Amino acid sequence: MIKFQNITKTYKPNIKALDDVTFEVQAKEFVCLVGRSGAGKTTLLKLLMAEECPTSGRVFFKNQDVNKIKQQELPLLRRKIGAIFQDYRLLPFKTVFENIAYALEVIGASDVEIKRDVADVLTIVGLSNRANNFPAQLSGGEKQRVAIARALIHRPEVILADEPTGNLDPYHTSDIIKLLLKINEFGTTVILATHNKEIINSLGKRVITLEAGKLIRDEEKGRFVI
Amino acid sequence: MPIVLKRIFRASWKSFLREGGSAAANIFILVMAISAITSLLLFKNVSNFLIEAIQEKVDVSVYFKYETAEEDILKIKDEIAAIPEVKAVEYVSKDKALTDFTARHQDEPVLMESVEEVGINPFLASLNVKAFTANQYEAVSNFLNNTKYSDVIEKVDYHQRKPIIDRIYNLTSNLNKAGIVFSIILVIVAFLVAFNTIRLAIYNSREEIKIQRLVGASNWFVRGPFLMQGIISGFFATLICLVLFALICWGLDSKVAYLFPDLSIFKFFVSSFWLILLIQIASAVIISTLSSLIATRRYLRV
Repeated sequence: MIKFQNITKTYKPNIKALDDVTFEVQAKEFVCLVGRSGAGKTTLLKLLMAEECPTSGRVFFKNQDVNKIKQQELPLLRRKIGAIFQDYRLLPFKTVFENIAYALEVIGASDVEIKRDVADVLTIVGLSNRANNFPAQLSGGEKQRVAIARALIHRPEVILADEPTGNLDPYHTSDIIKLLLKINEFGTTVILATHNKEIINSLGKRVITLEAGKLIRDEEKGRFVI
Repeated sequence: MPIVLKRIFRASWKSFLREGGSAAANIFILVMAISAITSLLLFKNVSNFLIEAIQEKVDVSVYFKYETAEEDILKIKDEIAAIPEVKAVEYVSKDKALTDFTARHQDEPVLMESVEEVGINPFLASLNVKAFTANQYEAVSNFLNNTKYSDVIEKVDYHQRKPIIDRIYNLTSNLNKAGIVFSIILVIVAFLVAFNTIRLAIYNSREEIKIQRLVGASNWFVRGPFLMQGIISGFFATLICLVLFALICWGLDSKVAYLFPDLSIFKFFVSSFWLILLIQIASAVIISTLSSLIATRRYLRV
């Protein structure tokens, strides 16, 4: 379903974020990307979203070269992906409800669907009482949960989770991981980038380890080893 | 499509209300820009009035020989009136010339006595010819000098008045040229100021635009609210501007009328209300939407 083929990404002036990385992710798989900060985890996810272009190599999503997709057709790719960003990336002038609803609005969902689904997902992430608050009025953990809710709401084919539990307490961390596992059970591919050792070791899923931009390990039912 | 439009409108109205400071700044700048454009319209009206008033005072007189019959003069009058450059022709008979002279100089006994001493009416019948513009008098004069009636024409006083006519022609044409250049500069300045203010506001939203694109919004779904916000700001700016100019024209009307009794800027404002409204709303909407369109373009490349 997703294929990174000999990906190298160099940032100016000469910082190599990824160095000849190649791997594939099958549909319905749960893959953990691990590595130290700066290992290239976020860069990989950005390349899949076509937020950035690789310096060399190709990224495929369902046999389609992501970097050959025209600018006006990119939304169609992104609607198939739910992204949970490390820095939340919430819309500052929209309420929690509106931020989550936005992902449904762009795909043309009806107002009734939006009202129903957003209420459901807010209950799942425990933010029903925060629906009318703005991001600036939320804690880091709450913002993270809004970002998660927005990534899930439109039932994407793939979820890219970049440090989704970075700002959560252990109680919410466990809930979110359970939620990602449940979504995966229902058939959604999940790529989880994290450096949380406990989560990785408890999951028993495929683990891809990156170090200084290189893929150094790819194990089925792997563990956090750096 | 209607649901998308509804969402774009709803989103833009909410942003307009929530980002009050930025919206107010945009409206203020748009008021400045469309005020400049409206001022030009009013200035054009006043300058046209003044140019016309000056040109009204210019004419060319054709004097006929003493013995020329009135019916011949009236025949020539009809022929002159048919020249395309001629705006009006007025016949002044010998008697009318005398009456006018007497009325004008009745307090000057020396002049009046001299006329009486001549014994007969010494004035010649004449035609006062007015052209549409000052530069057309040359053509009128040439026609009169080369007409078959030149044997009954005593003189055409164009050459005596030529320097003043040329000066007026230069003055009015320079005024027009200066007005056009000034208008173009002012419109460009107004547009650039408004464009930069809106561009700055959108620059502040660049991260927001990026997020919207990454969530899967199409270019128009992202751009729509910015354009719509521009239209809403333009609408409010037009309303403010209309009220402002109504008050200014009303307040200045009596002062302008004191200087130029035939000129009423408030009357002009009222009679041109729909034109002014159209110009204001069109310029506000064009400036704001064009600025939003250009400014959002670079941030949509995500």
